Parts: sequence; C-alpha cells; structure tokens
Amino acid sequence: MSSLVTPKRIPKFYRGNAACPGCPIPKELDVLLEVLGNKTVLVVPASCTTIIMGDTSGMPSTVPVIHSAFGAPAAIASGIVRALRTRGDKDVIVTVWAGDGSTGDIGFASLSGAAERNEDILYVCYDNEAYMNTGIQRSSLTPKGAWTTTTPEGKREYKKPLPFIIAEHKVPYVATASIAYIYDYEAKVRKAKQIRGFRYLHLLSPCPPGWRFDSKLTIDTAKLAVETGVWPLFEIENGEFRLSSVSKTLLDKKNRKPVAEYLKLQGRFKQLTEEEIKGIQEEIDEMWEEIKKLVKK
Amino acid sequence: MQVLKRKTLALVGNHAVAYAVKQSKPQVLAVFPITPQTTMLEKISEYIASEELNAELIKVESEHSALASIYGAALAGARVFTATSSQGLLYMTEMIYWAGGQRVPMVAAVATRAIAEPWSIWDDHQDFLSKRDAIWIQMMAENVQEAYDMTIQAFRISEDERVILPVMMGFDGFILTHTMERIEVLEDGEVDNFLPPRQFNLIDFSDPIGVGPIATPEDYIKYRYEAMKAMERAKGVIEEVMNEYERISGRKQNGLVECYKCEDAKYVFVTMGAWSGDCKVAVDRLRDAGVEAGLLKIRVFRPFPKEKIEEYLRSMKGVIVLDRAYSYGSGGILANEIKATLYGYRVPVYSVIAGIGGKDVRPRHFQKVIEDLINDNLEEERWLL
Amino acid sequence: MLIKVPMGVPVARPRIGSAGKTGLWRVEKPVIDYNKCTKCRLCVIYCPENTIDLLENLYPQIDYDYCKGCGVCAQVCPPKAIDMVREVK
Repeated sequence: MSSLVTPKRIPKFYRGNAACPGCPIPKELDVLLEVLGNKTVLVVPASCTTIIMGDTSGMPSTVPVIHSAFGAPAAIASGIVRALRTRGDKDVIVTVWAGDGSTGDIGFASLSGAAERNEDILYVCYDNEAYMNTGIQRSSLTPKGAWTTTTPEGKREYKKPLPFIIAEHKVPYVATASIAYIYDYEAKVRKAKQIRGFRYLHLLSPCPPGWRFDSKLTIDTAKLAVETGVWPLFEIENGEFRLSSVSKTLLDKKNRKPVAEYLKLQGRFKQLTEEEIKGIQEEIDEMWEEIKKLVKK
Repeated sequence: MQVLKRKTLALVGNHAVAYAVKQSKPQVLAVFPITPQTTMLEKISEYIASEELNAELIKVESEHSALASIYGAALAGARVFTATSSQGLLYMTEMIYWAGGQRVPMVAAVATRAIAEPWSIWDDHQDFLSKRDAIWIQMMAENVQEAYDMTIQAFRISEDERVILPVMMGFDGFILTHTMERIEVLEDGEVDNFLPPRQFNLIDFSDPIGVGPIATPEDYIKYRYEAMKAMERAKGVIEEVMNEYERISGRKQNGLVECYKCEDAKYVFVTMGAWSGDCKVAVDRLRDAGVEAGLLKIRVFRPFPKEKIEEYLRSMKGVIVLDRAYSYGSGGILANEIKATLYGYRVPVYSVIAGIGGKDVRPRHFQKVIEDLINDNLEEERWLL
Repeated sequence: MLIKVPMGVPVARPRIGSAGKTGLWRVEKPVIDYNKCTKCRLCVIYCPENTIDLLENLYPQIDYDYCKGCGVCAQVCPPKAIDMVREVK
C-alpha cells in the first residue's frame, strides 16, 4: 500500500501553491519526494514548477531546491552530485525536475551530455507537451495535430521520442509513467532510487488550460492516454525493454481503446478531421508493432 | 637571518595558472576547451590523472554547462574553478549572470581573445570586459607571475564572508597564455595556510532552502543593492588579501592599481593587461628622453578603483587611456570609465584604441602617442590602425 | 541548525500557502457525503493539490483553506460521494 495513504500524513509538497486548479504537478512532486525522502536536492529549470515554487517569501517544497537557467539543469545537477559525493554525502539523490521544454529543446544538449557521462542523477521530465509556463507554445514534445498558440492549425511534426533517445545513450534506467497510475509511478521512482548512474523518468502530466479540458478530468486524461496506447508505460533497464502496468495488456489491439476517445476529451485536438484521427490511430498501431519487436528481444 | 630561497619555475601562462589552481585545491572543476586556454585544461587533466590534484573534473559538453555545473558544485560547498575565452565566455554568459546574481563564490580564468565575427583567435579584451556588469570581481594580470598570484588570491577574495562574489582573472590570450616566463611560486603549505577551508554552503538537509527563486519587484532591487555594497566592500578586502600575500611571498603585490613612475609624472598612460609591460618600457624610454611620463596600471577592473584613480590622476597634464576593447556607439571601455572617474577635474583624457583582434602594439607606438600629445597633435580618440 | 545565508542572497524556505489562501480561488466546493464514502482513499491519492488529508479513522477530510475546487476528487470517487457545490454566486 502506498505511503501516500498513511493517516495524518503531512504532504512533502505543501498545498496552497501557485499551480493551476487541476494541475498534477504538486501531486507528482509529492509522490516523488515521499519516495525519495528528505535527502533529495531538486534542480528546477524555468518551467511551470518555477512559478509553483513561489517567491522568496516561501516555497512549497520541503527539500532543497536549486533554481536553474532554462537549458542548464542537467549540468547544474552534475555539479551538485559531484560535490556532494566528494563531501561524503553518498546517499543524497540529486533530481532534475524539468518540463518538456527544458528537456527536449533548450536543455537537450546538457541532458545528452549528462546522460553520456552517466552522471549519478535522477532526471524526471514532466511532460505537459508544450511550453506551458509561457502560455502554451509548441515544443518538440507536442504531439502531432495538437493545437498550441504557435501551431494554431495543429502541429505538423512528430513528437520527439525522448525516452528512446535517452535509452540509446546506454544509461542504466529509463522509464515512462503516467500520473493516473500512481503506484506504477511510485514503483519506478523507488527502483530508480536504488540504481546508480543516469536514470530518466518521463512522466505524462496533463495540463487543463493547455490541453483544453475541464480541470476535473486530469486523471481521466492521464488514464485514457495509457489505455488507448498513446502513452505506453515501460522501462528500459540496462537495454532490456519491458512494458509495465496496464500497458502489458495492450500488445493486443483489441485491448486498446480507440485513440479518438482520448483525443475527443481535449480541446487542443478539436480541429482534427476524421481523416487525421484515423491517421493518428494508424500511427499508434504502428508504434505498438514496433513495441512488439522490442518486447520480443 | 635565514634567507628563504624561493622555488622558481619556467612556465607558460596557462601552466602557471594550472599550477596555481592545483595548489588552491578546488574540489570540482568543469572546463571546456577553447583556444587559447586548452593547454591549461590539459595540464589540469594531467594533475588529476597523476593525483597531484584530488578533484572531480566534469568534462562538460559546452561552456554554458561548464559554468552551470560548477555553480551547482559551489552551492554544495565545493571550491570550484573553470577557464574559458571569447566565444566560450559569451556562451556561458547566462550562467555568469546567474552566479553573480546569486552571489556564489567561484573563480574563473579568462584567457582574453577577440570575439567573432570575424573569427579571430588573437588577443583583445572585449570578451573579458563584456562581463563587467555581471556582479563579478574582475582582475587582470600583466605577466605570468601576476596570473599565478592573482589566481590564488581570487579563491581567497571570493570566499571572504564580507564579499561572497565570484571572481574572474583575465590574462592575455597567447601573449601570456603561451609565453614562458620565470616565476616564483609559493610552497604548497603556504597556499594551504593562505586559503582557509571553504565555509560557503547552501545545501543542508536540516534546513532545506530554495536557492534563487522568483523575487518580486519589491525585493529584487534590495538584493541588487546588497550586491552593490558587497562590491564596495570588496575593494578593502582585495587590498587586505594582497597585502597578506605580499608578506607571505616577499613580492610586492600593488593592490588595486600600480603606479609606475606616475607620482611625479605629467603625462600618464592608463592600461590593463599584458601591454602594461610594453608601456613600462615606453615610459622608461620617454623618461630617458626627458619626458615626464608615467603609467597607471589598472589591476582590478571590478570593483573599479575610482578613489585610487582620482588620487593619482587628478592633477595630470594629460591622461592617455589605452583600450583593447571598444563600446561601439560610445567609446573605449576603459576610457569611458576613466573619464567618468575624473569628471570635474580639469584633466584632459585621450582615448587610444589599439591591439584589437590581436594587432601588435610595441613601446614605440606608445611613445609616438605621447609625442603627439606634447605637440598638441592628438585627437580625443585615436585608433592605431 | 539553520544555514548561515549571507546577507542579500535570494533564497526561500518551506511554507504552506506560498501562494496565499488558495481556497479563495474556488468557484465550486467539493462536499463529501460521508454516508456514501467507502474509505477507498482514491480522493486522497489523486487530489492534485495534496489538500485532502486522511484522518485516523481513514475517512478523508478536505482542507478548504487551500482547496482550489478543481473537481478531480469528485470525478475519481467510485461511489460518487463527492458533490461539487457552487460557491460563488
């Protein structure tokens, strides 16, 4: 049973912060910090979380937070962990908590550098699929067809396959997670905590104002993303690919809900034609054919 | 009385700074190679491989990450160092401001080099001076000996609790980095005594803090005001540290500015960096020819030693400021600062722009300028093309 | 032991309500019908704001000082024991 449901528990990420109503970030951080414990340093680049962390009058985090320039969190984390190991703090987990903008775009070089050096850090990318903090502009992790302010007709390009790119760096652990599957997310954080070297967690983080859905549907959206196969939950541990949680049952197309159910829930996909939705369904099916090959290996 | 025989080594500038870094015992370094600093990085890598220096060297993928990673390490209590030049210094500018604004003690060596476009690997001061507003202390070396001395002093100054500011040590690319000079070095034990263990640390799990969050308009200006005051305090601390270093090393350190034959001079050059040496030769020749020339060498550019400059230059018949960098649309960078300092005094200040992009400047060029000044033949701003 | 932060260095310390009393943001207020509640704790687990506390007797309790009224708890509650009641006229 998750320690999130201990009676009289005080959250590790305080309430009354600046997150939008329905924003999963405070919950995601609470789960992360509950598993990682007090001896954690969060490195937070420019992102929604920067604002959620408040100003100099107080922050909702109960662990040290190092604010980072947009493109530098993996580098700052590398420096912190080297210094902490030098001063004898062997069990501190240095964690980057970065959005998709910092991870996939401006901070991509420093991320790739840290992964290549196999720095002993945990890198968590919370993916809300656009530059949300500056008002919903597209990022390389915005899915094809999505409306953003800079792609009003729907993004034409594919979503950058970050977990696979990081896995190609031959790091010990890469995993995807969704906030709707909290025990799965917790288990992956717990596993990552034990591993030494560069660990990467890619967390789906639906955004009510950015994806255009009512704030009460955050968990439903995160759940449908997985159930339709759009967001496969998997781990790549030392090169071995493994599906996890519900995604294990989705290799059979009959078990996957039609992707239209996921798309229709979000206003950012409302301009899609039936033709385009069919195209997306085909692409998801193709992706699962590729996943079948990875699982067979 | 026991005469202490000082150890002397013949080292090129890059290796001298590497030697000083080795003795200062930083714990985390991150360096990305760039001409003309590369041989410093290589020497440091050798020291670490042979365990003469016990430190982590993060082989980062860019200069931006170099400063970012030592910023992180510095917050966690480590003594840190990096080195760069020109394009690399520009690429890490965002993090230079980050470290300055957050007041994190660290030391960076800058091998000065002209900035592209057009491409140039040769020496001028544009890159170094472009960081003058970033809340970093900036010192410039005249020769390899000063580069060695200033590097060690930099660690002490930045960590002083009255200062808590990052420090940049600039030395001319190729002219100092790749030129061999005989220098006197301190014993390892003397450097250990001179640099007490580092106290600065912001990561402590019994008191979790957020470092560098948003500051509202009410607060931001207060942080900057404190930074300004730290810069002012730094002037006194720098002199104190250099005096102590002088006692230990037995060599004159000269503080914020060096006055070379300027007390009884009528015409004074103001310079920064390696060409100060050439200027001293010119001053000697001019003195031999009966001209009352002198040199005021600026050793510390930030904080700008206004008081010292006023003291030395207030009653000169002519001040010639030599600039190896220019603020396009305004004037020579050092010249503008000298003019501002001497505002109100009736001292004619002439600006000479030379050596940009590494163009060779010799003592005879300096001599010609003074001759023209004396013959009333010198413009307000002259470029030595 | 507190860290000695030098004067004028921008830092922040942990504080509940760093954005103020965010309960004031609400338009709708979640109200739990404890007769219907089965103590499954899904609302506690899924509340995005970490604003539902678990009591000793394993019933959930919403902290109305900070609840932003997003409606996730009502949405995930299996027996539909939470009603979103309009608060603002």
